[in-house]
Amino acid sequence: MIKNLADLAEIRERMQGKITFRRHNPGTTVTDGKIRKHVLICGGTGCTSSKSVQIKEKMEKCLVDAGIADEIQVVQTGCFGLCALGPIMIVYPEGTFYSRIHVDDVEEIVKEHLVGGNPVKRLLYAETVKGDEILSLNETAFYKKQHRVALRNCGVINPECIQEYIGTGGYLALGKVLTEMKPQEVIDIISASGLRGRGGGGFPTGRKWQFAAAQPAGKKYVVCNADEGDPGAFMDRSVLEGDPHAVLEAMAIAGYAIGADEGYIYVRAEYPIAVHRLQIAIAQARDEGLLGKDIFGTGFNFDIQLRLGAGAFVCGEETALLTSIEGHRGEPRPRPPFPAVKGLFGKPTIINNVETYANVCQIILNGADWFASMGTEKSKGTKVFALGGKITNTGLVEIPMGTTLREVVEEIGGGVPNGKKFKAAQTGGPSGGCIPASKFDIAIDYDNLIANGSMMGSGGLIVMDEDTCMVDLAKFFLEFTVDESCGKCAPCRIGMVRLLELLEKITSGNGEMEDLDKLEELANYIKSASLCGLGQTAPNPVLSTLANFRDEYIAHIKDKRCPAGVCKKLLTYNIDPDKCKGCTMCARKCPASAISGQVKTPHVIDHTKCIKCGACIETCKFGAIYKK
Amino acid sequence: MKKKLTTVAFSGTEEQEKKLCELIEQHKDEKGALMPVLQGAQAIYGYLPIEVQKEIALRMGVPLSEVYGVASFYSQFILNPKGEHAINVCLGTACYVKGSGQIMEKLESLLGIKGGEITKDRKFSLDATRCIGACGLAPVLTVNEEVYGRLTPDMLEGILKKYN
Repeated sequence: MIKNLADLAEIRERMQGKITFRRHNPGTTVTDGKIRKHVLICGGTGCTSSKSVQIKEKMEKCLVDAGIADEIQVVQTGCFGLCALGPIMIVYPEGTFYSRIHVDDVEEIVKEHLVGGNPVKRLLYAETVKGDEILSLNETAFYKKQHRVALRNCGVINPECIQEYIGTGGYLALGKVLTEMKPQEVIDIISASGLRGRGGGGFPTGRKWQFAAAQPAGKKYVVCNADEGDPGAFMDRSVLEGDPHAVLEAMAIAGYAIGADEGYIYVRAEYPIAVHRLQIAIAQARDEGLLGKDIFGTGFNFDIQLRLGAGAFVCGEETALLTSIEGHRGEPRPRPPFPAVKGLFGKPTIINNVETYANVCQIILNGADWFASMGTEKSKGTKVFALGGKITNTGLVEIPMGTTLREVVEEIGGGVPNGKKFKAAQTGGPSGGCIPASKFDIAIDYDNLIANGSMMGSGGLIVMDEDTCMVDLAKFFLEFTVDESCGKCAPCRIGMVRLLELLEKITSGNGEMEDLDKLEELANYIKSASLCGLGQTAPNPVLSTLANFRDEYIAHIKDKRCPAGVCKKLLTYNIDPDKCKGCTMCARKCPASAISGQVKTPHVIDHTKCIKCGACIETCKFGAIYKK
Repeated sequence: MKKKLTTVAFSGTEEQEKKLCELIEQHKDEKGALMPVLQGAQAIYGYLPIEVQKEIALRMGVPLSEVYGVASFYSQFILNPKGEHAINVCLGTACYVKGSGQIMEKLESLLGIKGGEITKDRKFSLDATRCIGACGLAPVLTVNEEVYGRLTPDMLEGILKKYN
């Protein structure tokens, strides 16, 4: 039980030696009793799916067999970020970076590296091996340009151990706030830092807190939005899995700032590991007296409850989320009144997203100036992005605001694989838009992305190459939003369906040029008339692809052609008679019996029967079948 | 997606009902407890039959319309039980032209249920699914995780036997 700052300092000093060398600061040594090395194994969702838990169990068993179980500490951490290379294992203090390891490799690593002192080169991330020299992960292109604030403890500490969090300076910010600062001073420092909401809109966090603080004293709430629903985004999940206490601590600070004693975290039920770690973290914080009554003996009370979502994208919208916590259908309500005035159960409420909270403690500890020194004029600090799609280094990155899209995609992300060309990057998920190759050098910040027809969103960044059809992409996002519209207001419920019908008409080859004007007109109506953020932004994928890739729409309409070769109804499958050897494989594979021909003579595809399933292309060993 | 009400007779046990009462009791004084209660109830029963929804409405003093409204709003809540062996027949285009429609019909007659339903003994549930990407094997069905391809209607009896 931690009763005061001295108790906290005692744990911090005891734990510090175990943590610092995991950040791979040159010259740090292990000061942890008999322990000489720490083996960190990623326990994030990505690596867990590729058996990192079994790898950890095998590692522990092998260490016992080798008789060095008391010299090596095995630690399960949150996400390291480079998910494309999972499962990942890092050995400190040297920072050796093992990638894509298999359960069967563990014995060799123990024998050669942990006992023998020689890293197993064939299992190392290729970029870290330079002849005889082995680089640490911080020197790789993927990590070099990153700057980790929100993710600073992810992949460093054991998220299920509150002592390790305290060892990194955890709960020190809460202690400082409660013992040295007035609530208004807390709000002032957050305002001065320039922190803006990381969940999508980018509203200044300090101003939001100020509104809630200005409400008459009484029951108020602090809510954390962890309902990360964008397909392809996993920033918040990774923070919760890797550093849950950072969010709890920041929520308590927010509670002190606005005068609230109760917090709710609304987290997706689809994130079982995050939910589990949050439950552990909340229980540990309560046991240590860091949540509950009279925290640090200051008389300040704050407790947090966990609420699980049940699979509704619209609940990421703040008013819908509040309605859902209240136990109703997750339908949004009109604003104003804003939640800061009338929120959860009708009381003043601030609602911030996970990544926003993950920045708060660092701002308190390091000062507003430190935070404001990073980023651009109007977008301060860093931003976490989930890189996905046609990119080599799929994973999680945190970059200072103002980094260019090119740097993120080409340097950190390792570029587009298979020699394909970068076509566009999609940010902001179903609410965002596409940044085309011609704007590859824009600096990423809130205002620049909006000026270029997209938005920051929560931080999904999907890279597309020349094989992506932009009309089809817009259709994909619209299918998603149509499915997820809650149905409360007509522009979204009906308008989006009509919008989708127009896109279906175009992708099936029945489009007319006037449909483009209809798309634009309807999209703008939906944007201006919808009740909540979902409807107001749902037409964005259409508008941004229309603005940047209008020629593709025109090709679908005028030439009845899909330039990327995606839209099935506009494709025909053909056999090149010069390449076809008449092996009959394709004819046998064709599920629709659309391919005919004699043995050893070129085959032909009957377009009236062909269902365009692509089975023939996969079967042909001679590359004789092509789509056009 | 529209949710279909189940036709399966409710077969909750006393033990399940006891657990449900405990669950509701546990959340009694909590604000906005309906969602956690429904989540807990689904964990107890495997789905949310109308009988359970009625019980929840009664014990929590919430109108049934509201309970049903919430249960049908969120995709995670299931109103229809799944069988011990969940059969999914691919009705994607490739499978459809290769006769998956006949496969579905034959299964319906063999099991005595329609698509979206479950057998009385809860052994099998039958659903249609979108393309599962195994067009080369068309027509395809899956039982739990197992994939069966290149089907003809006369193979189905043998497949079902494996699970009996």
